[in-house]
Amino acid sequence: MAISLNVNGETHEIDVDPATPLLYVLRNDLELNAAKFGCGLGQCGACTVVVDGEAVLSCVTPVSLMEGREITTVEGLGTIEEPGPLQAAFMEMQAAQCGYCIPGMMMSAHVLLRKNAEPSDREIRDALMTNLCRCGTHMRILAAIRRAGELMQQASAPTERRAG
Amino acid sequence: MGGGTAIWANAGSALIPKGEEVDPVRFIRFLAVVLILILIVAAGLFAIAWRGEIEPVAAVDPSSFNEDLVAQGAQLAAVGNCIACHTVPGQPAFAGGLAIPTPFGTIYSTNITPDPESGIGNWSEEAFQRAMREGVDRQGRYLYPAFPYDHFTLVTDEDNRALYAFLMTREPVRSTPPQNDLPFPFNMRMILAGWNLLFLDKGPFQPDTAQSEEWNRGAYLAEGLGHCGACHTPRNRFGAVDSDRHFAGGEAEGWQAYAINATSPAPIPWDADSLAFYLRNGWHEWHGVSRGPMAEVTGNLGLLPDRDIAAIATYVASVMGEPDQTRRERAEQLKAEISQGQTAVQAAPATDTQAGDAQHPGAAIYASACAGCHNGSKPLPFGGLRFSLSTAVNAPNPQNIVNVVLFGLPPSDGEASAVMPAFANVLDDQQMADLLAYMRERYSEAPAWEDVADLVARTRSGQYKVAVRPADGIERGPENVGASGGAEDAED
Amino acid sequence: MTIIPKDEFNTQGRNGITRRRVLVGTGALIVSFAIAPHVSAQPQPAPPAAAPEPPQLPGSLNDARRLDSWIRIDAEGEITVFTGKVELGQGIKTALRQVAAEELEVEPGEINLVTADTGRTPDEGFTAGSQSMQNSGTAIRNAAAQVREILITEAARRWNVPRETLRAEAKSIVAQDGRTIGYGELVTDQLLAVEAQPESLLKSPDKLRVMGQSLPRVDIPGKVTGGVAYVQDLRLEGMLHARVVRPPSPSAQLQEVDTAAVEQMPGVVSVIRDGSFLAVVAEGEFQAISAMRALQQAARWTEQPVLPDQNNLQAFLEATKGDIGTVAEEGSPEVTGKIFEATFRRPYQIHGSIGPSCAVAHMDNGQLTVWSHTQGVYPDQEAIAEMLGMDIAQVRVIHMEGSGCYGHNGADDAAADAALIASAVPGRPIRVQWMREDEHAWEPFGPAMLTKIRAGVGDDGRITGWNYELWSNLHSSRPGGAGNLLAARHRAQAFAVPAPRFNISQSGNGDRNANPLYVFPNRRVLWHYVPETPLRVSALRALGAYANVFSIESTMDELALLAGTDPVEFRLRHLEDPRARAVVERAAEEFGWSSGAPKGDRGRGFAFARYKNHAAYLAVALELELERETGRTRVSRAVAAIDSGEAVNPDGIRNQTQGGIIQATSWTLFEQVTFDNTRVTSTDWSSYPILRFPSAPDSVEVHVIDSPGQPFLGTGEAAQGPTPAAIGNAFRQLTGVRLYDLPFTRERVKQAIGV
Repeated sequence: MAISLNVNGETHEIDVDPATPLLYVLRNDLELNAAKFGCGLGQCGACTVVVDGEAVLSCVTPVSLMEGREITTVEGLGTIEEPGPLQAAFMEMQAAQCGYCIPGMMMSAHVLLRKNAEPSDREIRDALMTNLCRCGTHMRILAAIRRAGELMQQASAPTERRAG
Repeated sequence: MGGGTAIWANAGSALIPKGEEVDPVRFIRFLAVVLILILIVAAGLFAIAWRGEIEPVAAVDPSSFNEDLVAQGAQLAAVGNCIACHTVPGQPAFAGGLAIPTPFGTIYSTNITPDPESGIGNWSEEAFQRAMREGVDRQGRYLYPAFPYDHFTLVTDEDNRALYAFLMTREPVRSTPPQNDLPFPFNMRMILAGWNLLFLDKGPFQPDTAQSEEWNRGAYLAEGLGHCGACHTPRNRFGAVDSDRHFAGGEAEGWQAYAINATSPAPIPWDADSLAFYLRNGWHEWHGVSRGPMAEVTGNLGLLPDRDIAAIATYVASVMGEPDQTRRERAEQLKAEISQGQTAVQAAPATDTQAGDAQHPGAAIYASACAGCHNGSKPLPFGGLRFSLSTAVNAPNPQNIVNVVLFGLPPSDGEASAVMPAFANVLDDQQMADLLAYMRERYSEAPAWEDVADLVARTRSGQYKVAVRPADGIERGPENVGASGGAEDAED
Repeated sequence: MTIIPKDEFNTQGRNGITRRRVLVGTGALIVSFAIAPHVSAQPQPAPPAAAPEPPQLPGSLNDARRLDSWIRIDAEGEITVFTGKVELGQGIKTALRQVAAEELEVEPGEINLVTADTGRTPDEGFTAGSQSMQNSGTAIRNAAAQVREILITEAARRWNVPRETLRAEAKSIVAQDGRTIGYGELVTDQLLAVEAQPESLLKSPDKLRVMGQSLPRVDIPGKVTGGVAYVQDLRLEGMLHARVVRPPSPSAQLQEVDTAAVEQMPGVVSVIRDGSFLAVVAEGEFQAISAMRALQQAARWTEQPVLPDQNNLQAFLEATKGDIGTVAEEGSPEVTGKIFEATFRRPYQIHGSIGPSCAVAHMDNGQLTVWSHTQGVYPDQEAIAEMLGMDIAQVRVIHMEGSGCYGHNGADDAAADAALIASAVPGRPIRVQWMREDEHAWEPFGPAMLTKIRAGVGDDGRITGWNYELWSNLHSSRPGGAGNLLAARHRAQAFAVPAPRFNISQSGNGDRNANPLYVFPNRRVLWHYVPETPLRVSALRALGAYANVFSIESTMDELALLAGTDPVEFRLRHLEDPRARAVVERAAEEFGWSSGAPKGDRGRGFAFARYKNHAAYLAVALELELERETGRTRVSRAVAAIDSGEAVNPDGIRNQTQGGIIQATSWTLFEQVTFDNTRVTSTDWSSYPILRFPSAPDSVEVHVIDSPGQPFLGTGEAAQGPTPAAIGNAFRQLTGVRLYDLPFTRERVKQAIGV
């Protein structure tokens, strides 16, 4: 079936079996690398993307339901030349070893920070409950998310002053 | 007793006829009579209701308890699932403070660690025995029946002694739970005297001599400490279990507690063996994994010796009775399908080219989101259950399948447990309804559910809290997994 | 290797090697490239029998002896460095650039680094055993220093000035009068086509600009912005997607499968059956998955109950008839004084990469190219060629990163799957992605182990003797040999699993770190080799060191208790190596060990080991929380000190060590492979749980002790042994009970502490 997908602000027309999970469409049809295949079972979070502002596991998300919804992947957070605050924070804190789980972590963190730029440690950990890391980069990931929250607040601070 | 006075004062004012001229003398005389009558009734009720304070005791030396008694108490506490209500996830065990939503308001569980100030550290065994038997705390205050003393009243003195020994040897935690959030008149503990009069059938347990020793042991555990009926028996409008509909199915923390009598909706009927396996392991190949509040129950029962598990299973199976011919035949058919793997093959609508399924809007959703696990070759408990075996899909009320699809089975941190992703952010209400309609149609012979989209919307809204726990039992999962009870809305 | 600080070398030379000898050495130009691009490894011609033994060269230079095998500079001055090692998430791409940039006097960003590719890079065997820096780092540093000196010499020759007056700076050679000449102008084909020298003019520690800096990792920006970073991300023109239907158990044989229906499914290109090897190729990835599921349902297998009793692995291990190797023997095996005796057990555990194994293979006109996250492109090339009966020159294996592997996971097998399928469906690239269940059930596990200790402490508070025995498989079943590839085993013409060779080596295997570094008079350490492998096993980070250090360091705490001594003090009493003492003292100090045990339901534990007894030194102190009612434990705080020799990238060392501590914590608290008598039953993250965020510590501090001028010491696995012991010791300190069985599940904890 033909589906129109809105990913990172761009609209893509694709023709796909509606039973296909979103992950494979993102990776193979749209050639986006960030969302990863980790388990296909919704257990590890490597495939996490953001749909309408909430984290979803794209490996078990039917693409047929994505028409008209706003999908964000790590590619939508910024570029290597102009990284967004989360990306900048992960680079700054060197928060990766193999890095395979990191895009999924960033997506979960993105949803959390959009709702609350100053989450508690407990809130961050809870938000990452479904994201597995095997290299043991946990402490740096936590630090990077806290740092990203700071960067986001700094970025929005001038706007607030204007508004005030 | 100030509260009690308020009730009557209110009642008095209601007696003044509105908008009429009143003769002051006659009215005063009338009032005096009413007042005297009220005082007489109040004194009588007071005499019935009043429970005195039991003197506090000095700190009890934990080492004064016999080790075997403590170990026995640990098993009993597991049957009673004490830890579940008396612990906030992630906080110290038994320190209380867990919010328990009821139709009457929110009750916070008490601290039952041996801390003398905030817990039960200065309770004598007598005080503990009385709380269990009568639902009255050491100071003489009535406890709300969210604490299921209407079941615990059946517990023997010996077992209460062991429970007391167990609790008094826990780590004391200084922690005072929040005040209950109950509107008038439910914040009047005195009204519980009346409730008790009507609904409390004081124990201890009386064995049925016509039944086996095992059956009686099972009945004692299931009806008493196990308080199965607290969830599995429907409640009346006073919040008391409706004993005429014993085990006919109730609700708990936003979940349907299925009927566990003859009306059980399980596609393959339970028997004592499958019940025992389920209670011991938290799953059964014909029934799936326990979740919601039941996950805590099966998680705790792991501590029990096999004979007690078998006793509970024997008793509950006897309440369920023998299934009728139709159910037996259907069960045999289902079992045959599983053993031949047929369910799997025929149920794998892998693509939209397969005839029939393509028409149903739920089919593609199912193939994409569900089939990978639920039609795979991985056995239970870690593989998904075939939905033809699912009680949730076959039950009269879709609440549980709605809960599971919306909130998933969160992973247990560090313990093997069934994990299922939450689909709340993927499926809108209508898509959920489509999916569930498809599953009902395909995997159940029961009639279609009605108003599923509406139920999904209400469940999602947080109108009522849905407790979501990992399938391993007493895991203190993050609290925010389930519907939040509208806390977020409240902040806006 | 010998380090010769540059300044010292300039003034007086050392070890009898003069500058002149170095210059003479570089005069022997050999005309030809060491390895021409795209022509895969011809076996190195054997030296003539009469030739004298070639000198030992530093690190991996000894195996690939030509400078241009490692470093090439083109006419534009572009510098390319080649390593046979691969990036596994350990940050080696960054550290190797730092090393090369340092000695070549350029910026790290100016170095192009080519990692393992049988068509281009030296053969450095496997990237394993924490040896990347020790082997490749050492080789590249020496090669870079020698290239720099050659360039200076060449400039001196052209300008006809004394070479002492010249220096290298910013990709140029600079003269005192300010003249400069770029590397690109100086270099000729022949200039670097020379054999390396045994000695190099390395920069002295106080002159280092790039090494010792915590440079940001070069791979992270791409990984956090969606760049192509892994073999999983490789998309080639016309690529097809394949899935393999793995047997349901190790012993299973494919009896029958009706493939007709599957072949008709949308997008399916081919169903491949070769003995028990069953796979499907489709145009689309999800089409391949759907077809794989249908094939799974259609296949009928015969299975045998050949697996040991999971609940009694000790009996399985003890029943072995394998050889017994003596790992260490000194003095008398008698143990006197106060005795501690115990048996420790470790289960099978998995690597558990978050990204299941993946490979792409393309058979094009009889030339096979395989992109793989293997740890050894050359051994894989050989094994794949053997499996397919191809000439080795027709097979090229190119490394591309995968998800972190922590040892021998499914990488080689996925590569073999892709190669076999590509040979059946030539002409289009074939991408094979393992499913989660494939990885959990079929990757080679870290082997179960059993250890028994009997040790004593005398009235003087010193260890009297040490009797230690361990039971273990060999922890390596890597290819070479096609029989170590699953696909080759499952083909109709099956390759037999090569028989492992049992021997006692310096680096250790099952016996890695079995011999404690502590000084005492009497010891005997034996390895009861277990040749039976009902479950496939191979190298998992640290090999036997995980169980051995756990056993040794648990014993050290018990002996300290018997001696009535603080455990840190007790360790120091038996350590003579000053660097070992330094990490122990540093970890204790940073942790605040002297301030006593923590309050409440928290315990503290300490452990130390020098990895392999010749790599990095590491000591860790940590706090463990216990929730008595559930048996749940959590490491709340860990403080480690590590000495990895000269630290090239201190933050890289910290990152690796933090990761090692957390991963070993997960192994120790949660992880074990489960199986019934026929099948592996832990096939996903439900059934094989690992540490999630709520169980992560509050803090993990790593203090890097820099040892300037000292050789690089393997770091990546150093934390794996001490961590479980420190956790066990903390539990012992808190509860008075010792845990002997890994992992410390809630059930075991509750059993141990009672109610």
